[in-house]
Amino acid sequence: MPVTPVLTRRWNTANVHTLEAYEQADGYQALRQAFDLAPDDIIKIVKDSGLRGRGGAGFPTGMKWGFIPQGDGKPHYLVINADEGEPGTCKDAPLMMIDPHSLVEGIIIASYAVRATNAYVYVRGELVHAARRLRAAVAEAYAAGYLGTNILDSGFDLDLVIHSGAGAYICGEETALLDSLEGRRGQPRLRPPFPATHGLYASPTVVNNVETIASVPFIISGGVEEFRSLGRERSPGPKIFSLSGHVTRPGQYEVPMGTTLRELLDMAGGVREGRALKAWTPGGSSTPMLTAEHLDAPLDFEGMVEAGSLLGTAALMIMDDTTCMVRTALRLAQFYAHESCGKCTPCREGTTWLVSILKRLENGVGDQQDIDTLLDACDNIFGRAFCALADGAVSPIVSGIKFFKDEFVAHYTEGGCPFADTRSTVLAGAH
Amino acid sequence: MTFPDETVTEARSIIERYPAGRSRSALLPMLHLVQSVEGCVTPEGVKFCAEQLGLTTAEVGAVATFYTMYKRRPVGDWLVSVCTNLSCTLLGGQEIFDDLSRHLGVGHDEATADGTITFEHAECLAACDYAPVMTVNYEFYDHVDPASARGLVDALGNGERPAPTRGAPLCTFAEISRELAGLPPARADAVAGPAAGVPSLAGLLIAERDSRQASVADEPPAPATTSASSDGGS
Repeated sequence: MPVTPVLTRRWNTANVHTLEAYEQADGYQALRQAFDLAPDDIIKIVKDSGLRGRGGAGFPTGMKWGFIPQGDGKPHYLVINADEGEPGTCKDAPLMMIDPHSLVEGIIIASYAVRATNAYVYVRGELVHAARRLRAAVAEAYAAGYLGTNILDSGFDLDLVIHSGAGAYICGEETALLDSLEGRRGQPRLRPPFPATHGLYASPTVVNNVETIASVPFIISGGVEEFRSLGRERSPGPKIFSLSGHVTRPGQYEVPMGTTLRELLDMAGGVREGRALKAWTPGGSSTPMLTAEHLDAPLDFEGMVEAGSLLGTAALMIMDDTTCMVRTALRLAQFYAHESCGKCTPCREGTTWLVSILKRLENGVGDQQDIDTLLDACDNIFGRAFCALADGAVSPIVSGIKFFKDEFVAHYTEGGCPFADTRSTVLAGAH
Repeated sequence: MTFPDETVTEARSIIERYPAGRSRSALLPMLHLVQSVEGCVTPEGVKFCAEQLGLTTAEVGAVATFYTMYKRRPVGDWLVSVCTNLSCTLLGGQEIFDDLSRHLGVGHDEATADGTITFEHAECLAACDYAPVMTVNYEFYDHVDPASARGLVDALGNGERPAPTRGAPLCTFAEISRELAGLPPARADAVAGPAAGVPSLAGLLIAERDSRQASVADEPPAPATTSASSDGGS
């Protein structure tokens, strides 16, 4: 399987964050093509392309756009979810930092299609350089007539605001993001009603991930066939996979959907020298961990469900045989306990208890009952909250015990963690 | 404290970004703004936001206490954050945090005695391919280790401003808080700061190498001379 740079194709072009360099690299050509089409035709093209949301859930993008009621007399909004924070996920940040105009161009096309005259990019607060370059790109786009009134004499108007968040993982959940953008605590909303009819300011709203929207110009300029020539029937197109952890050359690898971890590891130089693959996440910490037996499972929405996990954000965190799975589960449980917004009792209380129990185990003072309690607690958290944070919180624990129960047991039969604290880290390798 | 007229003017410019009647959307940026003036979100800052937006102080306080980036104790010039989430910790993030904590003599969410550095551990910073990472005022220092992390904070303590691996030349916490409010960067060269290192380009470099020559020895790819570290600077 080859590398297929589409979204990443301009990333090694000098100064491509500037309008001048972006235009020289064929930037804003897809927008001109889009304005020759009717908005409904663009929705149809995106539907036909089979593009599915790259933020984790994989919902068909064109279908989402089609849910926006037209001719309803209400303002429509496009909101970009740039709150990248799922552990392991690091694809949207480089896209916004290196090639911000590609996102701006996608936003203009998508807004024209769904007839939104206001668009917002909700950028994770910590990503200051991404927000900075986006703001500069937006200013350039206004000056060049790509934003504002009567864009390129199309009669279409669009205002675009870059809005920095303030540090809350939960705001990556789309309804929490909307509450946050409205100036409230970022807590998920009850659905229905869905954002398509009652989103930002209770108006029809499309919420899409950065990578999803950045894919749109390519679909418009390259056409449906070219997009579908990559990937698999139900999960078409290119996808940025992020490799991190115990891998020789961590980084962003854009390949067709359905590529396997074995192929990606080949590109990335394999698991670090002298070590064997132990566990990995296909799509961030919220997706159940897999093992070496899943090296050949196709990495797409269907393939990962068949393997017992989820594609999520295609964030592949690689753990080798020096990694303690109890310590891993504990570290992630602490993350979810910190980031639980507190709205739903099972998540708020449950994540805190998961941390306490995992600490006992990691410190060697646990027992068999702790493992039973962990699984029971996870069972009572999963599916019992407003949003998917709770489901994600139990993933590392349930999958960890599923594949590595012996290791959990060894923590109490051997009176402590059998792994040296720093053996897995760079410090252990300092020589 | 009473906020200066300039802050009132800036608050109004923030409100104008949002549709008429939707001024509450300005609250998050405005909390960044009051934090830039006072170094944290104080009761006075909450009151200021409430007055500007026609909200109660309870409504603003509920929001201010929800988000990690709004600090309740004054932050000095430098907010030093070490990622201890999984991909960084797999490669030593926790050890770097612990070592730096001993070196600075402060724990999570604490400031050094002279108040110049506020130290914290951070959750995943979306830079896992550069792990272990840390940030100063949210600019990235990639591939750090205990020695380089100590060197960085020592330099800050000596009044130096070491260049980040990716991001703009360092500005103070007050200045970055103004940017978070959506106001222009403190430095004209901020936007040009580097953004792409080798990990961001890992896949693309393979494709470029393969297209340059069909048969190439299996060597680690390297960025083109015009790329990577100089993407914004040349």
